[in-house]
Amino acid sequence: MKAGVVTFPGSNCDADVFHVLKNIFNIDTKMIWYKDKNIKGYDLIVLPGGFSYGDYLRSGAIARFAKVMDPIIDFAEKGGLVLGICNGFQILLESNLLPGAMKVNDNLKFVCKNTVLTVINNKTPFTNQCEKSAAIEMPVAHGEGNYYIDKEGLKELNENNQIILKYKNKKVNPNGSINNIAGICNKERNVFGLMPHPERCSEPLITPGKSDGYNIFSSIISFINKRGGKIAK
Amino acid sequence: MPNKPWLSEGLTEKEYEMIVDLLDRKPTTTELGIFGVMWSEHCSYKNSKLILKNLFTEGECVLQGPGENAGIIDIGDGQAISFKIESHNHPSAVEPFQGAATGVGGIIRDIFTMGARPIANLNSLRFGELNNDKVQYLFKGVVSGISSYGNSIGIPTVGGEVYFSSAYEGNPLVNVMSVGLLKKENIATATAKGEGNSVMVVGAATGRDGIKGASFASDELSEDSKEDRPAVQVGDPFMEKLLLEASLELINTNSLIGIQDMGAAGLTSSSAEMASRGNSGIEIDISKVPTREKNMTSYEIMLSESQERMLIIPKKGKEQVVKDIFNKWDLHAEVIGRVNDDGMLRIFNGEDKVAEISAKILADEAPEYRRETKLPEYIKNVNEINANDIKSEDYNNDLLDLLSSPTIASKKWVYEQYDYMVMTNTVVGPGSDAAVIRIKGKDKALALSTDSNGKYCYLNPRRGAAIAVAEAARNIVCSGGKPLAITDGLNFGNPMNPEIYWQFKNSVEGITKACKKLDTPVIGGNVSFYNESPKGAIYPTPIIGMVGLLDSLKDKTTMHFKNEGDLIYLIGKNVEELGGSEYLELKEGKVDGYVPQLDLNLEKRVQKTVREAIKENIINSAHDCSEGGVAVNLAESCFENNLGVNIKINKEISNKALLFGESQSRIIVSISKELASKLENIAVENCVPYGKIGVVEGTQFKFNNLIKLDVEEMKVKWETAIEKKL
Amino acid sequence: MDWEVKIETKLKDGILDPQGKAVKTGLKSLGYNNVESVHVGKYLELVLENIEQKNKAAKMVEEMCDKLLANPVIEDYSYHIKEMEG
Repeated sequence: MKAGVVTFPGSNCDADVFHVLKNIFNIDTKMIWYKDKNIKGYDLIVLPGGFSYGDYLRSGAIARFAKVMDPIIDFAEKGGLVLGICNGFQILLESNLLPGAMKVNDNLKFVCKNTVLTVINNKTPFTNQCEKSAAIEMPVAHGEGNYYIDKEGLKELNENNQIILKYKNKKVNPNGSINNIAGICNKERNVFGLMPHPERCSEPLITPGKSDGYNIFSSIISFINKRGGKIAK
Repeated sequence: MPNKPWLSEGLTEKEYEMIVDLLDRKPTTTELGIFGVMWSEHCSYKNSKLILKNLFTEGECVLQGPGENAGIIDIGDGQAISFKIESHNHPSAVEPFQGAATGVGGIIRDIFTMGARPIANLNSLRFGELNNDKVQYLFKGVVSGISSYGNSIGIPTVGGEVYFSSAYEGNPLVNVMSVGLLKKENIATATAKGEGNSVMVVGAATGRDGIKGASFASDELSEDSKEDRPAVQVGDPFMEKLLLEASLELINTNSLIGIQDMGAAGLTSSSAEMASRGNSGIEIDISKVPTREKNMTSYEIMLSESQERMLIIPKKGKEQVVKDIFNKWDLHAEVIGRVNDDGMLRIFNGEDKVAEISAKILADEAPEYRRETKLPEYIKNVNEINANDIKSEDYNNDLLDLLSSPTIASKKWVYEQYDYMVMTNTVVGPGSDAAVIRIKGKDKALALSTDSNGKYCYLNPRRGAAIAVAEAARNIVCSGGKPLAITDGLNFGNPMNPEIYWQFKNSVEGITKACKKLDTPVIGGNVSFYNESPKGAIYPTPIIGMVGLLDSLKDKTTMHFKNEGDLIYLIGKNVEELGGSEYLELKEGKVDGYVPQLDLNLEKRVQKTVREAIKENIINSAHDCSEGGVAVNLAESCFENNLGVNIKINKEISNKALLFGESQSRIIVSISKELASKLENIAVENCVPYGKIGVVEGTQFKFNNLIKLDVEEMKVKWETAIEKKL
Repeated sequence: MDWEVKIETKLKDGILDPQGKAVKTGLKSLGYNNVESVHVGKYLELVLENIEQKNKAAKMVEEMCDKLLANPVIEDYSYHIKEMEG
């Protein structure tokens, strides 16, 4: 299996995801430059967290037009696995690979803390190693994670079981997102965006001391291994 | 030129005469502007140099001491750590968000220009009392400025401190410390050498931002300071992220002679200082500097403090390497001049020469002043404080009030706005004695702490400053590390005031004494004078930023009690001391009394005891005893795991001093029953007093028959106090 | 011809605007009780060079807004175009 982590100008969690894939999971992992037009031979593409282009217009809005996004959109349409974490999720929304949009957190402040989440759907390439309805913990760190989608869109997400992760309840929802949504996938299940950072909780040594993020990556690896490395359509 | 041209440049008439003498002619406008910033306190340390010379700066681990962009220490395995603290007090007082943000940006550049990747930031903040709208505005602005810049650039903000006291009401302190990791072979320097080598400016284009910020920092804040807004620069963390990546990539190619951040006094100080270090000169054609605005004068270009720029001297023929790497990151890199061998800084605007001054005169020959000192009147009136001077009816309420006073209360409201986890190295984050940051690929970690108690330093600058060093070291030890070295952020009022200068001199002496004893050299730092507002000077606040090393990750220790049934020991000795305490101020509204004694020999032995116990892997928690005394410090250890304590101390001192006195050289540890005798043996071997003071049990906080409270209730008060005030 | 373009984007009606809400609370606390609603948006100024007709410039602006400057899922935009003097 081969994974690629994209570096946009202003990405700052690219090295963190790289570290987890490469050093914790021993996956063949490469950094992908945002100007690359060619991405061949990957089983997984990760759009990492950070502040691409300073997030100056809207989070992810400018990165969406980086050269590398065309082949990534193509890769996703062919069934390749794409994981967008935090700013990566915002880029996936801006590029319409996932539905909805992001607003600033309802308390207007950047928030960095551990959150409790519920796994809503564990029948996906990204959560197959998680227990359904399990409460898991992952940290968030963002200023614009207030997910929004209109009524019909929400209905559709629910009907297609596209909501994968929710903050456990309104009280622990760190940003005011609609229906406590923390992570969603596309209808085809191969593109997953989430605000929490699984790469920050894949080793028990580092704070916050939990390792529930590990299961997200092991789900992906297990899915790809089962699929036999080929992109399925 | 106006009648007294030196005035608008912040120089004295005498200094102007010196300049005329040194040049053997009258300076041009641009030249005088250059002298004005280079000879400002901020750049020249003219009022502090003679005192700072006495600092203890040598040690086995020191690879680079004071005098560079930042100091460097050796941590073994071919690795080194560069770190430094810097103030951004005045800009933050005028525009808190941008002032704090650019403070973060500036110190980060100091670190990566040494060739180090910044891996952690800390900040030490002081504000007035929170029940004031203006203070709230400053507090919120500073926190969001730090948050905005640090989070965006992707360097975790892992610790620091926040104090609230009316002494800082008109003049908040914003001191930012950055810590970077590098390979020893990649150490970069800020030197210009080699006749004919190119001088390049890289990064952002130059605008009119912050003209004369260095002289602004060297003046008192007045009611008019708000009108000085152009002196405040605007930060662009996105640009700096690119600059950081490009610079580190470039340093790795071994193509550089020197690299320096353009901080205070921009192009002027970076070129003069680089030339002076290399015993060279530099010639610059300012018409080649990329500008953001039209029609900028040579004066403006030389003195602009536009952020996110650097000056680079590539090795001969490596200009294209520089350009290629910077172009890759969509950044400017322009050749603007060359190095010469006659030691002169020559500035041209196209064909016209606008300035010609010896770089040495600018960078190294600013006047040095030994200012007058005088024992402050208020110090003569410091009174001894007795327990009976403090009126108290109910110690339960006293403890709850202390826990919800903003200085002691949880800083969660602050640090949850900082990304303290990015880079995935944070083993222990904010809210502990010291932050612990692992070094990937090795079984070791750094312990980082900042400390200073302004009240102590006000009442007794010498002892207060020594305590700041001792406490920083104690924090490192409690986290499992060995204290290595410090950076000092020295914040004082107007040095022309003999009483202030006395505070400064005594503080530096205190730091020196403690650093020698604890073997933690000073490898760099910052002096910030003129921290005054119409209401007077701030408390003298020498902030100590310390770096320690955990040589194994298994030594990591936190302050939190972990197991029901563990015994609680106090290493050190309780003394009848209430002077300068939080308790005194809370109950009597007074900052008075004799600052707690500091016996550095005992301090050393206490730290050694706890360090040995941690190395033996026998203790479950360790917490430095500081503001608020034993009662507050025990409470802080209860919160994380909602564990209670039952404390029984045979008292030889008053209840008030026992509960809330702030005697030094004390550490509270918890340990399982079976291992307790081992701890006692280590303490005995080190001739350190100790006492078994209680046990971890239940969910209540019980202290002799004086206090009985639910831990949950205490925790809620402590955790929500700051938010409630806003 | 050169054109001066002013663009405003704001959250669509009916979408909760946390910034607007905060500003409204702030204004009320200053005693401005007549404030009924506040919306915070973004304001952009651009200069377009060498376009002969206003409607061409307008079309280009709309395209830019649809593609990048506004997020059609949550934001509306409006714009003004003026011929530059001199």
